Amino acid sequence: MAIQALQVVAQSATTMTPPASAAKTVHVAKLIDISSCIGCKACQVACMEWNETRPVIGDTDGTYDNPVELGANAWTVMKFNEIENAQGGIDWLIRKDGCMHCEDPGCLKACPSPGAIVKLDNGIVDFNSDKCIGCGYCVAGCPFDVPRISQTTNKATKCTLCSDRVSVGQEPACVKACPTQALTFGPKDDRIKYANERIKDLNGRGYDKASLYNPQGVGGTHVMYVLPHGDKPTAYNGLPADPKISSTVGLWKGIMKPIALLTMAATVFAGVIHYAIKGPDTVDEDHDDSKKS
Amino acid sequence: MSNQQDGLVRYKGSDRLNHWLIAVLFTLAALGGLAMFHPSMFFLSELFGGGSLNRVLHPFIGSSMFVLFVLIFFKFWHHNVLTANDRKWLGQIGDVLNKKHDRLPEVGRYNGGQKAAFWVMVVTMILLVVSGLAFWRPYFSHYFSVDVTRVAALVHAVSAWVLILTIITHVYAALWVKGTIGAMWTGVVSRAWARKHHPGWFKEVTGGK
Repeated sequence: MAIQALQVVAQSATTMTPPASAAKTVHVAKLIDISSCIGCKACQVACMEWNETRPVIGDTDGTYDNPVELGANAWTVMKFNEIENAQGGIDWLIRKDGCMHCEDPGCLKACPSPGAIVKLDNGIVDFNSDKCIGCGYCVAGCPFDVPRISQTTNKATKCTLCSDRVSVGQEPACVKACPTQALTFGPKDDRIKYANERIKDLNGRGYDKASLYNPQGVGGTHVMYVLPHGDKPTAYNGLPADPKISSTVGLWKGIMKPIALLTMAATVFAGVIHYAIKGPDTVDEDHDDSKKS
Repeated sequence: MSNQQDGLVRYKGSDRLNHWLIAVLFTLAALGGLAMFHPSMFFLSELFGGGSLNRVLHPFIGSSMFVLFVLIFFKFWHHNVLTANDRKWLGQIGDVLNKKHDRLPEVGRYNGGQKAAFWVMVVTMILLVVSGLAFWRPYFSHYFSVDVTRVAALVHAVSAWVLILTIITHVYAALWVKGTIGAMWTGVVSRAWARKHHPGWFKEVTGGK
């Protein structure tokens, strides 16, 4: 990747037009080829090293998942699942969980603080702690249950796709550390081509249903998977089959906002108009015959 | 109840204090809540020391309002039971707005609009507190799943919207019907005011004199 200056194309709680030059920017993507992953967790370690996150040492839940799930200091976590295959054997499914960097990010849609969540012209979705108010609406907005609110800073955190490294032409730390090239990074178009080669190879080895996971319900993602069992994404530790921004969030952050403010203003105006036309409802003290008694 | 020539006691000092505390807390909760609801209102968070502090304070303000409202509820709910007369009154809202008092059914301590507003406040405040808990960080949110949080956020916003519309109407009615603000400021209303707007109540407290 050539060095590219990152421009913001979308901001939370802000109506903006992306700069014209942003349309020419190459969209990037990280491809996670699950069929090549050996579950070594080098990516997890590299992520912690580069981003200086140190999750508190917790307890084992009896699986290889360590830490058990994503956290404010664990932006990527390897999830291990076993499923029975058609031959009666066991398939060991390993998925690297983390932010998918949606083209249409639910976190950004839900965020109430202007500029706390930004989408960059290359497709990266990034959090801006300075502007984060810690409300957790991004958690509700995300279809992948990714953002976490730090217990120490009360700020939302997640994978940045190493936007700092990418902006100077480096690949993300996890990709750099992967020993099997299960993780690769580059222009999204190239990654899709490469994924299709991998899928053809998997098809030839008995994985008829192998497919690319680039869900269109969120406009596609900038982190994609090659799933050997492409027909059952949920087997990969609950990867949603058809992720979309929840319709509840759509109502709350969509049509409700203008309707609520307009009706409030309209009610106030109705009062002003009524008062102006009908005048106040006064009591004529002269008609109070109790005063006469 | 007083039968003084100069007026009738409508609210005791403790009721007035509670009402105005709730009014202040409601105003703060609404301003802070709107800041987090609509980006164009985000600047309101500056009133509370910025976005983060507003997020921290909002649930405490709202909960305090709710606790005080519970006191009002237990004190006044029995005055607010809707009767057939109240429904008739609500059906004739056009006459109310046109000040055609002679056409309206006799109003007691509260009219149908006041009673309806009371119950809307009761329902929305319960919904606000319950839904608010589901995303009150960092204290309670972790007891709820993301799905519940999403629904709670929508319920919270819709309830707040309905409550704000109700309060705007409540405030307008108090401004429009002269002599009403005094009831909550001084606790005393004129006999003429009571006779005109709440004749049933007037008879009750004066014995019809």
